[in-house]
Amino acid sequence: MDSNHRDVCNRICSFGVVATAIDDWIYSDTADFVIWKFESGLKPKMASETITSSEYIRHHLQNLTFGQHHDGSWGLAHNAQEAADMGFWAINVDTMGMSIVLGLLMAWFFRRVAKKVEAGVPSGAQNFAEWIIDFINDSVRGSFSGQNNMVAPLAFTIFIWIFLMNLMDLLPIDLVPEAAKWTGTNMFGMDPHSVFFKVVPTTDPNATFGMAFGVFALVLYYSVKMKGLGGFIGELTLQPFGKWGMPFNIFLEGVGLIAKPISLALRLFGNMYAGEMIFILIAIMYGAGLILGSFGGLLQIGWAIFHILIITLQAFIFMTLTIVYLDMAHQEHH
Amino acid sequence: MNLNATIIGQMIAFALFVAFCMKYVWPPIMAALDERKKKIADGLAAAERGRHEQELAEKRAQQVIHEAKEQANEIISQAQRRGNEIVDESKDNARVEGDRILTSAKAEIEQEANRAKDELRSQVGSVALAGAAKILSREIDDKAHTDLLEELVSRI
Repeated sequence: MDSNHRDVCNRICSFGVVATAIDDWIYSDTADFVIWKFESGLKPKMASETITSSEYIRHHLQNLTFGQHHDGSWGLAHNAQEAADMGFWAINVDTMGMSIVLGLLMAWFFRRVAKKVEAGVPSGAQNFAEWIIDFINDSVRGSFSGQNNMVAPLAFTIFIWIFLMNLMDLLPIDLVPEAAKWTGTNMFGMDPHSVFFKVVPTTDPNATFGMAFGVFALVLYYSVKMKGLGGFIGELTLQPFGKWGMPFNIFLEGVGLIAKPISLALRLFGNMYAGEMIFILIAIMYGAGLILGSFGGLLQIGWAIFHILIITLQAFIFMTLTIVYLDMAHQEHH
Repeated sequence: MNLNATIIGQMIAFALFVAFCMKYVWPPIMAALDERKKKIADGLAAAERGRHEQELAEKRAQQVIHEAKEQANEIISQAQRRGNEIVDESKDNARVEGDRILTSAKAEIEQEANRAKDELRSQVGSVALAGAAKILSREIDDKAHTDLLEELVSRI
C-alpha cells in the first residue's frame, strides 16, 4: 500500500514536473531559439498575416478566459498576461463550453437509449450503449467489492465524458480554433489575436482537477461514512507504525491521501497536454514546404492513430483508479 | 495554464452529469440488461424443462403404444374367438333348422301321402264299384255285394 503510494507520488511528481517543464519551455527564450531554426520556412498563416511558430504554439496553449480586468471591468482576456492577472475568479470559457457540450451530448445520447431500452433483442444505438455499459459494469464489479449503487454510474460518466473530451484531440488542430476565431471576429467584433480556443478540455488542468477533486470529495465522504470519523482518523494516524510513530504516520498517510486526486488530475492532464503539444508541433511543419509538410502529414496520421489508444487508455485509467480509490474508501482494515 | 474558478465550474458540471447518469441513464439500461439476463436464464431453464418433458412424453408415448398394441392383440384374439363361436353357433343353428325343416317336410309329405291315399282309397272304391256294378249289374245283389266290397276297401 505504502510503496504504492510512494510510487504514485513519484509519478505525480514526474508528470507535474514534465507538464510544468513543457509550459516553462514554451514561454522561455530557449523555445524561441529552438523554434527559430524553423522560422525561415515555418510560418503558419493566421488570418491574413504571418506569425512565428512560438506565437502559434502559445496561441494554441492559451485558454479563452473570462474574468475581471485590472481596471475593474469584466471581459475576455486579450493575452496570456491578462488571463494570468485575472486571478482565481476567472472562467475558461472554452474548457467549460466544450466540456458541457460534450457532457450534454453524452447525456442526450444515453438518455435517448435509456428511454427506448428494451430487454428483447437490442438494435443499433442500444447495442452500442449496452456494450459500453456492460464493459464498465464488469470493471466495477471486478475492482469494487462494496455495496454502492453510485460507483458504477460514476465510473460510467467519468469514462464517457473524459473519452469524449480527449477525443477532441483528434480533430484537426486548427479546425475549431479557426471556427472560433471566425465567429469571434465576425460576430462579436473581437481582435483575431485574442480569440483563443483550446478544444480539448482535458488539456486544461482545471478540468482534470475539477473531476479529481470531485472524486476526492467522494473518497473522503465514503471513508468517513464507512469507517466513522474516528476510524478514518485512526487510519491516517495509527498506520503503519503504531501510535508512537504518529507524526510519521500522518505524513505518510497524508501524502498518500493527497496523492490520490493530484495523481488522477495530473496523469490525465499531462498525457493530454503532451499529446496536444505534439499535434501542435506537427502542425507547424505544414508551413515548411511540400516535403516537410507531407512528412508532417504522415507523422500526424501516425500520432493520431497512436493517440486513439492514449485517449481511451487515459479515460479508462481515470475510471479504474476512481473505482479503486472508492473501493479503498469502503474497506475497513484494522 | 492558470488554475481558476473553472475548477469549481468543472466540479459542478461533473456532479450534475454524474447525478444525471445515476438517475436517468444507468438504472433503466441496467434494468433492461438484468431483465434480459433473467429472460435468457428463464428461456434456458424452459428449454431444459421442455427437453425433459419431451423425454417423459416420449417414454409415455412408447408405453401407450405398447399398451395399445397389447390391447389390439387382445381385441383381435377375442374377435377371432368370437368369430369362431359365431360360426359354430350358426352351424348348430343351421343344422337344427335344417332338421326342423326336414322333419316338417317329411310330416307334410306323409300327410299329403295319407291324404292322397285316402282320396285314392275313396275313389278306388267307387270306381271299382262302378265298374263292378256295370259288369255285374244284372246278376248281383246290390246289397250283398256292397258289404263284400267294403270289406275289400278296408283291406287296402
